[in-house]
Amino acid sequence: MTVPVLRVRNLVKEYGEGEAKVRALRGVSLDVEQGDYVAIMGASGSGKSTLMNILGCLDVPTSGTYEIDGTDVGRLDEHQLAVLRNRRVGFVFQAFNLIPRMSALANVELPLVYGGVAPAERRARALAALERVGLAGRVHHEPNRLSGGQQQRVAVARALVTAPALLLADEPTGNLDTASTADVLQILDGLSASGRTIVLITHEDDVAAHAKRVIRLVDGEIVDDRRQAPVDGPPPRLVEAAR
Amino acid sequence: MNQIEILRFALRGLLANKLRSALTTLGILIGVAAVIMLVAIGEGSSRSIQQNIQRLGANTLTISPSFSGGGGQRGPSGGNTGPRTQARQLSLADARALTDKTLAPSVKSVSPVVTVSAAQAVYGAASHPIAQLVGTYPSYFEAVNKPVAKGAYFYNDDVLAARKVMVIGQTVADELFGATDPIGRQVSVKGVPFTVVGVLKAAGSSGAQDADDVAVAPLPAVQQSLSGFGSLNQIVVQATGAETTSAAQAEVTAILNQRHGITNPNNPDYRLLNQATLQETVSEATGTFTVLLAAVAAISLLVGGIGITNIMLVTVTERTREIGIRKALGAPRSAILGQFLMEATLLSLVGGLSGVLVAFAGTRFSIAGIEPVLVPSSVVLALGVSVGIGLFFGGYPANRAAKLRPIEALRHE
Repeated sequence: MTVPVLRVRNLVKEYGEGEAKVRALRGVSLDVEQGDYVAIMGASGSGKSTLMNILGCLDVPTSGTYEIDGTDVGRLDEHQLAVLRNRRVGFVFQAFNLIPRMSALANVELPLVYGGVAPAERRARALAALERVGLAGRVHHEPNRLSGGQQQRVAVARALVTAPALLLADEPTGNLDTASTADVLQILDGLSASGRTIVLITHEDDVAAHAKRVIRLVDGEIVDDRRQAPVDGPPPRLVEAAR
Repeated sequence: MNQIEILRFALRGLLANKLRSALTTLGILIGVAAVIMLVAIGEGSSRSIQQNIQRLGANTLTISPSFSGGGGQRGPSGGNTGPRTQARQLSLADARALTDKTLAPSVKSVSPVVTVSAAQAVYGAASHPIAQLVGTYPSYFEAVNKPVAKGAYFYNDDVLAARKVMVIGQTVADELFGATDPIGRQVSVKGVPFTVVGVLKAAGSSGAQDADDVAVAPLPAVQQSLSGFGSLNQIVVQATGAETTSAAQAEVTAILNQRHGITNPNNPDYRLLNQATLQETVSEATGTFTVLLAAVAAISLLVGGIGITNIMLVTVTERTREIGIRKALGAPRSAILGQFLMEATLLSLVGGLSGVLVAFAGTRFSIAGIEPVLVPSSVVLALGVSVGIGLFFGGYPANRAAKLRPIEALRHE
């Protein structure tokens, strides 16, 4: 058995002080294997976004440990954290979070720039990532000239371009219409089929149905952990489509 | 992540808001250009004043009679300020006494001077009142720095023989002769004929007085025909060198005090003007003037710097979300800090350099009659301060941005 991509133990996150103290996470423990496709579900306020931000190294837990590929994130200094965010984690946001006034290509190249990749290779990899999400024809468009679905596909390409161990998506379809949602989910299914580890957050059952494993969070605790398909197989929707 | 990438991000950041960047740059430009130009104008005016003083003659002491002993002097309080009946005029004998080489070794030459003002000169149909007709010795020309441009000086022989020759200023030559060559012509001054032997080099006018509206003739010739053999208006003493001017002043004072029987050296019956002292005083005054101008300009540079700080603060606040995205994608702190520092530095550097260019162009023109003189140290200082301001004041907001945790920056709306 290999080291899990993600290993979380007794994660606690508290906001505020004294009377106003809110416990967003009350001791979450979780392992995610290489190649798994996990959907974390829960009502708003269940702590799923907080968990996601900690998994993406954007926030720090109050207590508990968190390992990516066997590396204890809590022990890393600021610069090592930046490298980790750059190399190991790809993050897709609900609000896309593309940088305005920069073309789709420049946005996708950005993590590679911070990763110190040479310009020629950077461009080739960014173009390949954009092609993978079906946007080869729109590489020079700025975000405000792209539709919501297209923007989210650029964001997925940006998260993929560094070939991270883990792809995190925080309600990637929350701001999208049905057609665009289908596009994005299809891309995620494809990525999962090719062996990429994916963790996504959603509150829609339709979206969760794409995952191999569904985890339900209520009030900062895991209440349900259900497997829909084996870790080393294709995601369930691709299996259905193949039938 | 190398320097070129940081530069590229910074440029893109600045170009995203062209008008704002341009106005910030303009603020620094004006500050830098103002510092350099005002210092140049101060320097130019102080040089032109010094040149004017030097034109009056180098290393010279001018002695003139003072009838109200103490009137123009800093006499002790309670000193005699009334008219002095016993005050002595300056005489030719005084002038001769000053030439004594043992008592006054620092004196090079002594030129007794009588002046006749507004002497009507006539040549043919043309007539012109010469503002100042000077009767003196040939040493006068050197002492007061009045070289001849055309023709010749008069000589000691002319003085001894009281020949009626004269050297005229450019204005007089123009008024009386126009295009004709004045050398060798006879001019009648108040009915007395004088032969023109030379024309002085044009000195240019200083203020209201036309320094070229003069004529210089041998002392006895003027005394005989125009002023009479009375007292002298001035004695011009030239020292042997710039260092001996003070010594010459002491010697001259001692001789004159003795001859005139002055008991209170603070209250003599003559006035002594030292060009070197005058020059020092004026340089000090213009130095103060330059400092004042530079201080005003420095304030505008500071205002430009505050402009940069302000813009950087606004930029960082406005782009907090972008900073969050960049950090989430793995931008290290140094890259964020570098980008915003680079933006601030570019703004101040571009503004500073264009300010230097504007100042270089501006100092080529004379402003209000003053020829500005570029001071290299002011260029270095202004440019250095502007870049320093950019780094220092840009550094604060940049550092604040770089320190933000990604989630805090991302939540910022």
